[in-house]
Amino acid sequence: MKPGFLSQNPSVLWFLAALGLFTLGVTVLAEATGTGALSTSFVKTLGKTLCLCLIAIAMDVVWGYCGILSLGHFAFFGIGGYAIGMWLMYARTEAIVSESMAAAVIPPTDQEVIDAIGTQIFGVVGSSEFPVIWAFSDSLFLQLLMVVLIPGLLALVFGWLAFRSRVTGVYLSILTQAMTLALSLYLFQNDSGLRGNNGLSGLQNIPGFEDTPQSMISIAFFWASALALGLGYLLFAFVTSGKMGSVIRGIRDDEARVRFLGYHVESYKLFVFTLTAVIAGIAGALYYPQAGIINPAEIAPIASIYLAVWVAIGGRGRLYGAVIGAAFVSLLSSWFTGGGAPNVNLGVYTIQWTDWWLVLLGLSFVAVTLFAPKGIGGLFDAIAVRRTPERVGDYGPDKGALRQEEGTE
Amino acid sequence: MKMKSLLGAASAVAMLSAAPALAECADPVKVGVLHSLSGTMAISETTLKDTMLLLIEEQNAKGGLLGCEIEAVVVDPASDWPLFAEKARELLTVHDVDVIFGNWTSVSRKSVLPVIEELNGLLFYPVQYEGEESSKNVFYTGAAPNQQAIPATDYFLDELGVEKFALLGTDYVYPRTTNNILESYLKSKGIAEEDIFVNYTPFGHSDWATIVADVVALGEDGKQVGVISTINGDANIGFYKELAAAGISADDIPVVAFSVGEEELSGLDTTNLVGHLAAWNYFQSAEGEANEAWVEAWKAKMGEERVTNDPMEAHYIGFNMWVNAATEAGTTDVDAVRAAMYGQEFPNLTGGTAVMLPNHHLAKPVLIGEITEDGQFDIISQTTEVPGDAWTDYLPESAVLVSDWKELGCGMYNTETKTCVQLTSNY
Amino acid sequence: MFRTILIILAVCLAAPSIASAQDLQSILQSHQKLVAKPSAKTVGTVLDDLAASGLSGTADFLERWRNKELWVRTEDGLFFYTTADGSDLTLLDIDTGETVGTAIKKDLKQIRPNGGVRKAIASALVQFQLSDPDIARRTAAVDAIARAMTADQLAPLQAAIDNEPDAALKARKTRLAGMLAASFADTTEARVAAIQALSDDISVDVRAVLNQILTTKRATAAALPEGANIAAQLTVGQDISETEAYAMLVDADLAPARVSASDILSALTANASDGRVADTPVGTLNTLEARAKVYDTLAAAGTVPTRITDAEAQRLIETHVYFDAYIEKDPAITQAARLALDGIETRVAVSQAADLTLDALSLASIYFLAAIGLAVTFGVMGVINMAHGEFIMMGAYTGYVVQLFIPNYTASIIVALPLAFAVTFAAGVAMERLVIRWLYHRPLETLLATFGISIALQQLAKNIFGTQARPLTSPAWLDGAWVINDVIAISYIRIAIFVLALIFLALIVWILRKTRLGLEVRAVTQNPGMAASMGINPDRINMLTFGLGSGIAGIAGVAIGLYAKVTSEMGADYIVQSFMTVVVGGVGNVWGTLAGATMIGFLQKGIEWFNPSNTLAAQTYMILFIILFIQFRPKGIVALKGRAAGD
Repeated sequence: MKPGFLSQNPSVLWFLAALGLFTLGVTVLAEATGTGALSTSFVKTLGKTLCLCLIAIAMDVVWGYCGILSLGHFAFFGIGGYAIGMWLMYARTEAIVSESMAAAVIPPTDQEVIDAIGTQIFGVVGSSEFPVIWAFSDSLFLQLLMVVLIPGLLALVFGWLAFRSRVTGVYLSILTQAMTLALSLYLFQNDSGLRGNNGLSGLQNIPGFEDTPQSMISIAFFWASALALGLGYLLFAFVTSGKMGSVIRGIRDDEARVRFLGYHVESYKLFVFTLTAVIAGIAGALYYPQAGIINPAEIAPIASIYLAVWVAIGGRGRLYGAVIGAAFVSLLSSWFTGGGAPNVNLGVYTIQWTDWWLVLLGLSFVAVTLFAPKGIGGLFDAIAVRRTPERVGDYGPDKGALRQEEGTE
Repeated sequence: MKMKSLLGAASAVAMLSAAPALAECADPVKVGVLHSLSGTMAISETTLKDTMLLLIEEQNAKGGLLGCEIEAVVVDPASDWPLFAEKARELLTVHDVDVIFGNWTSVSRKSVLPVIEELNGLLFYPVQYEGEESSKNVFYTGAAPNQQAIPATDYFLDELGVEKFALLGTDYVYPRTTNNILESYLKSKGIAEEDIFVNYTPFGHSDWATIVADVVALGEDGKQVGVISTINGDANIGFYKELAAAGISADDIPVVAFSVGEEELSGLDTTNLVGHLAAWNYFQSAEGEANEAWVEAWKAKMGEERVTNDPMEAHYIGFNMWVNAATEAGTTDVDAVRAAMYGQEFPNLTGGTAVMLPNHHLAKPVLIGEITEDGQFDIISQTTEVPGDAWTDYLPESAVLVSDWKELGCGMYNTETKTCVQLTSNY
Repeated sequence: MFRTILIILAVCLAAPSIASAQDLQSILQSHQKLVAKPSAKTVGTVLDDLAASGLSGTADFLERWRNKELWVRTEDGLFFYTTADGSDLTLLDIDTGETVGTAIKKDLKQIRPNGGVRKAIASALVQFQLSDPDIARRTAAVDAIARAMTADQLAPLQAAIDNEPDAALKARKTRLAGMLAASFADTTEARVAAIQALSDDISVDVRAVLNQILTTKRATAAALPEGANIAAQLTVGQDISETEAYAMLVDADLAPARVSASDILSALTANASDGRVADTPVGTLNTLEARAKVYDTLAAAGTVPTRITDAEAQRLIETHVYFDAYIEKDPAITQAARLALDGIETRVAVSQAADLTLDALSLASIYFLAAIGLAVTFGVMGVINMAHGEFIMMGAYTGYVVQLFIPNYTASIIVALPLAFAVTFAAGVAMERLVIRWLYHRPLETLLATFGISIALQQLAKNIFGTQARPLTSPAWLDGAWVINDVIAISYIRIAIFVLALIFLALIVWILRKTRLGLEVRAVTQNPGMAASMGINPDRINMLTFGLGSGIAGIAGVAIGLYAKVTSEMGADYIVQSFMTVVVGGVGNVWGTLAGATMIGFLQKGIEWFNPSNTLAAQTYMILFIILFIQFRPKGIVALKGRAAGD
């Protein structure tokens, strides 16, 4: 790391300190390691929220900094989850199967063991053979590699095709949405070999740690998520600072001008798109063992749109904004839908928040877009005066380019 | 439109008004209700939440359980499968419920299973499902395939003389597994592979013209065609509308559905569908005093236009069995209640008696009904009680498996190798 | 009906002695269980006895039995017809039709014969109904024959043709008699002639008759049997695999069964003792080869059956022939049937292609209708409206609400269409004024803001209408389908949607090209500043254009609700598809949307045709294709050129 990077970005230190404190606090209050004031299910919720924060900063980099509104980043998140889920299912089932087969008179052949694992995993969807994509599922190392490689490769190929043909703006958004829709429809099919609509389940049981209580596993994953978020934050803060960061923001504000300045815009976009996809994959791989199940509904287009909503509400173009948005909206959302919010009695009609929360979310989203484009993160500007470039007028001549209002850095 | 006034109970903890006599209870009896109240499955599951509240209300009026007021703890997993696991953990660890009634889709059940097994909870699952599962901690009060699919197929073969089958389903695990079992069953009955047409469509599919035309074309070799439909939810509306438009009468190509009940038909004009079939363990039109009383109580609570359906009866039986088992055991402790559940009997709403078997499934009669013009079913066939089979006999891998938690203490026992394959479930 | 009863009464009065000696009740009582709980498998004996009795009340009884009008008294098992009398029942004797008392419903059980029994009863009724004066009964009789063709129906049917007064029914009878003759006529010549007469009919039932004649049975033997009517000889490796061939030999007892891996395993398990099988430690038996070797040792000792070698199996396969033989013995008949069917099948293939084209056109028109509003707001104005799907939903719910107030379906549709337009037009204008106006030139934020509106509207619909699907019923004249032949058919509702799509295409083109509004819209689209300086009010134009696009979505909602379903999530089903339709077709051009919808509709049906058992796969591949298509043609099929392109 270049000397001066942190001093140039004081918010990074602030963020890391806050994250550290938060992690410490949760550890002290958790069941396994502390007083037990926080239930295991809530620790899991917090751990999952941290993973969502991680994908939110990835989304912020690709959208808030680079101007690509990707409505498909949850596809990469899901792929990461599937990749780790395959190993978790395989290894867990293998342990069960070899134990039960050890009781047989004649020892099983290798093929028989694999067949039995297949029957266990796919019997529920009426098949027993291992599809090709499970080829590496017996190796943790290879599957961890898949967590990174497959989202990266998919993003690379998709991005190369899209950026090469200069698909930009809303077209690109719709295209990424189509990508995640296609992927979720594909996974919905039983023939895809990933158990169709049922997906991969029982992921919270970690092979090799059968006797460890979930309270311990949950706090371990919480730590891992916090670590990943911290590292991810550092990485993205580094990427978006310095000369590279300037170019990326330049692309957001006016792609054509950056191109004419001699930068290879496509490469920069491709780099950002692929990097964020990889981070999204890692976030997914940490998220789903905490959630316990992954299935195609997780990567339906709506999930990625919510991701954009979080980032917008939190405040685009600043990493901590994305974290705040993801944590705030997803926790608030579960508080409202969980019935935590008290009903409001209007006399003639009682507002039940389970019914009205989505209406409120939708409308507040409109309000944020209209009245507070900087999101919650904008509140911090009141504390620390940000150096906002004084620019007048639109950034470029064509309507596809972003306007002054959108370049909110 | 009447707002769903009962959704007030959607708030996480819906405490029912406490009767003063029962209020001083050291360890209150808590019943968790884990049904989606929002999202795609709310359409079906909200009804079951209301059913549970009605049942608990009735039980409290009868004096509660073990001298305690029963308290309902309602949570909303919002049709989000991972959230089911989270909410189940919350119910068991934060709210300390004694039993959970909940879930509709198989995937939500699979999501909840590891949590329930880990924390030794108790779940009553009320919906017809694909079988191939028997968890120590779950009682399956809905139909296994041999209590719905197989008898309906027998009806097709024996009564209607169907020789060629179209198995149409929504692409998810229940239709997939059911159709697999049926394919294998039909082959064992001498139906050739080329006489079985299988099609899977996405959830909410609406473009049925081509598929209906394909089904009609099956008749070209002169064999009687029948359709077995595992199409789920509102995709049925488009399917039946297309069927009616194509003028396919039940006399030419009968359709038997496993997921279409009174509730689904209420979104449809059924005049053109009269005579098509559905197979369940319960129809609202069943004759008998118990059913009349139940329907009346339901309508009094929910409104005249509301209908009753099969999963509601499953909860009705399940809840009453649980109450009786807990009374017998003298405690709501999970292991004691489970031991008392085996052999527990309770009268069905359709007549006869349901029995809880050691494999955690019920013995229930199978009913086949024809759709009538008023959106109800005319029961034309009712079998004696069929014992639910956790592991189907018609797939080679499962045929050797049995479940017996009472004698063998195992939900997945291989009769060939005489070993217990596993104690927890293969979620 | 009255006539029949009169005849029955007359007969009853004229011959009381016969009736008392043998009446319906006593026949039925001798089969009490079979009548009270009828099953298709056993009902035959009852029907035979009834037919043999020759009782005059038989036909009437059978009809009532079929129509679920027969009741049984629980205490003594006697059967009655009933009429409702308040909550009680008036019992009528089944022989005399006279009132014999009343009873409460609980003491009786209604007999509900199932579909199979009703079919059998209908067949038994044929002999009474073929020449009945009531045309409904004669039609029922013909239907019954068509559903279950048997040899003994041929003669009565032929006899009933000549005195048939109704021309249409007469044609049906003649056709049916022809089909029966093809299968059941006495002489080869008659059958061949009948088959040839069928050769220009492509309907499913004719193909069924011919295919029945051409039923084959697969068999194997040492040599082709003499006198068999062979359809085809099968080559091993080409028509059937070696495994299949060997399985046929085993089935025909011409070869011993092969010992499978699992057979070996169970044999070894059975012969294992003290951790050894045939002196081999079981620990080493974890490969198939090792197991096979030990099995052979056991076989040599005679404990288990010997394994058949691959060479021996191969020899057995080669020394036998495999063939399909017709069940029908007469080659002249099968030849004629084959010839007729071949001709029919060619024409069926053509018809199927036509039918698929119609389906594709219909799907395209649905996509077009869903997307055309978007083509205006997104394509012409450049505004991304994610709430477009919810406007479709609002239109559908408007239709539903109208039907609550106007029970007449035709009138309600006529009211619903303009009302849906008005409602969504107003909603669109409101949205434009309140939200979108502030976000012009910020396309990505428009997308997100309208998405917020979309989830709010969806949840609002759920709160108001509940999550249940709501019925939106089409008027009776849109029921049914336009049937060209048994293969080509399309429902009227789809035709109506197609016509509606065409009307809107014409309307939009007309508005944009020929009206003042259209001119101003195009001007504002191309250069708002210049347009404003020419005296056009861009604000007003934007508002009207957006309202127009939304209003059309409302009408599309009514149409889609009529053919599919009305739920709060129906809009979400169409939004992604609609955007893709517009993008693929080319933004800024209604013709482009038409091209896009057509391409997507045909593509989807084409992929479905390749893989008919998995509709989901078809949708997946279609989206993949669209993604690739946009990569190579980012501006869509119909790309704007010059200044209109805006870049």
